Amino acid sequence: MSAHAHAVPAPVGGNLLNAVTLVCGVLIAIMAAILLTRFIFGLGSVTNINDGYSWGIWVVVDVMIGSALACGGFSVALLVYIFNKGQYHPLVRPALLASLFGYTLAGTGIFVDLGRWWNFWHIFWPSYSNPNSVMFEVAVCVTAYIVVMWIEFSPVFLEKLGMKDVRQKLNKLLFFFIALGVLLPMMHQSSLGTMLVVMGSQVNPLWQTPLQPVIYLLTAIVIGYGVVLFESCVAAASYRRSIEVQLLDPLAKIMLGVLALYLVVRLVDLTVRGAWGGAFEFSGIAVSFWIENLAFLAPFILIGSTQARRNPANLFLAGIAIMVGGVLLRLNGFLIGYGHHTGTGWSYFPSIYEIMVTTGFFAIEVLGYIIITRRFPVLPREDARATI
Amino acid sequence: MGNMSDIFELGRDALQGIESRLGMTRRDYLQFCATLAVTMGLPKGADAAVAKAIESAQRPSVIWLHFQECTGCSESLLRAEHPTLEKLILDVISLDYHETLMAAAGHQAEAARKSAMAAHKGKYVLVVEGAIPVKDNGIYCKIGGTSAIDLLKECAADAAAVIAIGSCSSWGGMPSSGGNPTGASSVGEVLGKPVVTIPGCPPNPYNFLATVVHFLTFGKLPDVDKLGRPKFAYSRLIHEHCERRAHFDAGRFAMQFGDAGHRQGYCLYKLGCKGPETYANCSTIGFGDAGENNWPVGCGHPCIGCTEKGVGFTKPIHQVATVINIVPPQQYPRIVEENGKGASFAAAAALAALAGAAAGGAAMLARNLGASHKMAEAEQANAGSTTTDKSEV
Amino acid sequence: MASRRHFLKGALAGGAALAGATLAPEACARDTHTRPAEGLGLLYDATLCIGCKACVAACKEANGNPPEFSTEDQLWDTPLDTSGYTFNIIKMYRNGTMQTKDAEVNGFSFMKTSCMHCADPSCVSACPVSAMVKDPITGIVSYDPAICVGCRYCVVACPFGIPKYQYDSPTGKIGKCELCRHRYADGHYSACAEVCPTGATLYGKTADLLAEAKRRIALAPGSRTSYPRGKIGGPDQSYEAPVGNYLQHVYGEHEYGGTQVLKLSAVNFQKVGMPDLPAKSSAATSETIQHSLYGGLVLPVVALGALSFIAKRNVKPDDDAAASDHKEEQS
Repeated sequence: MSAHAHAVPAPVGGNLLNAVTLVCGVLIAIMAAILLTRFIFGLGSVTNINDGYSWGIWVVVDVMIGSALACGGFSVALLVYIFNKGQYHPLVRPALLASLFGYTLAGTGIFVDLGRWWNFWHIFWPSYSNPNSVMFEVAVCVTAYIVVMWIEFSPVFLEKLGMKDVRQKLNKLLFFFIALGVLLPMMHQSSLGTMLVVMGSQVNPLWQTPLQPVIYLLTAIVIGYGVVLFESCVAAASYRRSIEVQLLDPLAKIMLGVLALYLVVRLVDLTVRGAWGGAFEFSGIAVSFWIENLAFLAPFILIGSTQARRNPANLFLAGIAIMVGGVLLRLNGFLIGYGHHTGTGWSYFPSIYEIMVTTGFFAIEVLGYIIITRRFPVLPREDARATI
Repeated sequence: MGNMSDIFELGRDALQGIESRLGMTRRDYLQFCATLAVTMGLPKGADAAVAKAIESAQRPSVIWLHFQECTGCSESLLRAEHPTLEKLILDVISLDYHETLMAAAGHQAEAARKSAMAAHKGKYVLVVEGAIPVKDNGIYCKIGGTSAIDLLKECAADAAAVIAIGSCSSWGGMPSSGGNPTGASSVGEVLGKPVVTIPGCPPNPYNFLATVVHFLTFGKLPDVDKLGRPKFAYSRLIHEHCERRAHFDAGRFAMQFGDAGHRQGYCLYKLGCKGPETYANCSTIGFGDAGENNWPVGCGHPCIGCTEKGVGFTKPIHQVATVINIVPPQQYPRIVEENGKGASFAAAAALAALAGAAAGGAAMLARNLGASHKMAEAEQANAGSTTTDKSEV
Repeated sequence: MASRRHFLKGALAGGAALAGATLAPEACARDTHTRPAEGLGLLYDATLCIGCKACVAACKEANGNPPEFSTEDQLWDTPLDTSGYTFNIIKMYRNGTMQTKDAEVNGFSFMKTSCMHCADPSCVSACPVSAMVKDPITGIVSYDPAICVGCRYCVVACPFGIPKYQYDSPTGKIGKCELCRHRYADGHYSACAEVCPTGATLYGKTADLLAEAKRRIALAPGSRTSYPRGKIGGPDQSYEAPVGNYLQHVYGEHEYGGTQVLKLSAVNFQKVGMPDLPAKSSAATSETIQHSLYGGLVLPVVALGALSFIAKRNVKPDDDAAASDHKEEQS
């Protein structure tokens, strides 16, 4: 058992203006300029999306992958509040913060891609909404989840602002929002996978399966833990704080367990559907498939043993491997493995402007994370000095 | 076939002006030769050869037979301006037998024919207008008591060249339609050998005139296709050089006579134009010496395919034609067209830079983490009982 | 100890939810829809098509679409595929010497590309705001730009790649064939069928068109038959012509439950750009999953109840205070 007491969360403090935040600022400014062009002249003026690939990286990366990477909050909440692993409590706020940003940006990222964005409220309006549509369910659940997360995170702001009464009232209801905060991601993360089903044979058989909801949900959970590993190491390194290897070790074991379950499901699914053929062709798709699955297998090698798990470098790399695998699974399903049926000679590669906007979104996340952790009580208090 | 020296006496001095002989100015005469040369598709400079040939030639003898015909082909020739028919028959050729135009009649006409054939044996040009009925021993067409079959065979025997003018003599034409009750046949079928054919109903007179002048100039008939049609006039489909082709390609059709599309000159395919399966040059040279646009389609009526056996007088006028697409145009989109923008240099570079920075940062961080972990483990080992699970970075 | 109990409780609740989910599919399976009885559509016969593109020009005019250029000198409307501004196009299959029409080897053939008006449209299932709807009587799949949010899910969902977006405009909308429903009031029908000179595109009720298609493929190639033009049941514009070498398959009869636009061809359908689709539609699979998991919101509410129960037990009121941290240290 750890002899280290759970420290109270506190702002990290320090200067907000430094190299990292400046770079983020510049990237965000570039993004703003590009978006201005997009809204004045249309999507075609800045993106390479076309009639064959109507969803580009703004949808697949900013929205789908961005939200998957934001699953840290969900995965940790699952651990802490459902499976009652209270020792992970210190991880809740930072994970929640990352989730909050990730999801809020995924939600706003959608606006940038919607062609007729001024009608967006139609998705929520009963007379227009189509409950049969997977996208409808995803939109409603993501929106609800963003609201729930802001509510879940509000104690942080209330603490800083010293509004104790409101805080106490909120605390009484917090369990319900936490329950929602576990249910809603299960619903929409799995449905992000179900979105592929209606595309039928346009999605390569390596990634097209009726088991999409199970596959996407399991990987979302796993990615959540991977992101926690990654962010813990990065935050600790950046702020010159200690890494809670004590906590991360068992979390990593749980991650491996869920990962193993996912890989079994994936293997069985591919075998039952007889879809292995494409994996052994000489093609970019096959290469992408193997990289994705090797990334998912890597953690077993990196942190399979207790000894290995004690080394934070391995935990960090395992986290990255998981993230890469999860990103690739989604990228493969929606972009790389999409479109291979007769009659299409279309190809797509993101334009420099699309890349800069995506980078800008992630820069907002990084900048926001830095600002909030420095000025609001999120990370556990420590006496070390921070460097970013 | 004869050659030039048999037909013409080249010794004759031709310098005595063409003006007096043909009654045209030298300028008009040269223009006539140029027109003929162009019609035949001859290279630059050929008009001079044509001029020389006509100037120096003795007029060759021509025997012109009429069988099952309407005389439209002769009428068409009458409308020619370059040369006018009287100049042609009086000064360029010696038309020794032509039932419509010759002065003689009855026995005198037949006698004239026989004497011309004897005098120019092996050297005259035989032109046949009209189909030859073969049914019932050819009784359905007799001239001077002789059936058309016999007459044709008799005249063709000693001819230097045989030209079938008009669709009727080329492939049977109008008399052969509607079940062909008289067994109307082409010259080639009756003689059992291929001959030069100038199909059309009527054909453009210049197709015939140019063929004759080619013969006069070069001593041989122009290149012909497998049906005997001169390639300079019959090697391409009407559809391939029609002034309304752009409308066909753009999908603009007249649906009914007099509708808006018809009045704007849209393609007549839907009204039954047989241009897509008819070989002729009507659209390039027009009729009546009034230039292009003076042909059926130019006047707003679909082509009826009068030159083509199996099309003209066979297929209903308003039935859609079969389109003989030998080489489809290139602008049809393929089933799969390459599309979409590839990676721009900037995009690829940006992605590479981002990936590199991320990989580099991760590698560094991993190294630092590993190093400090080693240090912490070493400390632990040295310190012995102190338990710390933390790693400083 | 306490934590183990809590953990087991959570596991049980989760297991119950999963079991419910697996049992639910049988009750919530969504069958593939079929064509409405009075559904309208087109029959496209590739052997009759001469590639004149009258239908392309007529469609552009009927829908007020601008020309699209793919050549350097921009003189003619030359789209390479359907797009937000081109709802109908004729593509050409080419092989080898391209000598013979409708020959798969060393031949060429034409194929019309336009909305198939499916019986169970993927676009209708995908659209989150009901901008794409299928008329229950005519079966026409129509689009309403006033409702559309421009998410382009319909674009990625359609197996034929038909709905297309106008990327060059900041207020772009989706464009696709709607069977000229806006011309019915004036007594017209689909412009492509109206103008087709050979009757390759024929308009009418899909039931009648299917019967006509089957009649044609039953005939002996080379024999002569009468082909109607324009609209089945309309004024007689039929003509006689030789029968083509049809494949014994009416495309659209069963694909994804059937489509209201049917096609006949002498060249293999996949080679001319028509995908090989099973009888079960992808919309049926997608909606079965959604209905099973979320039908009536039963499972979500049950799960929420279970999760709330567990969370309440694990979350103490002053959750973030050090006190609760000490308690949970025991787990």
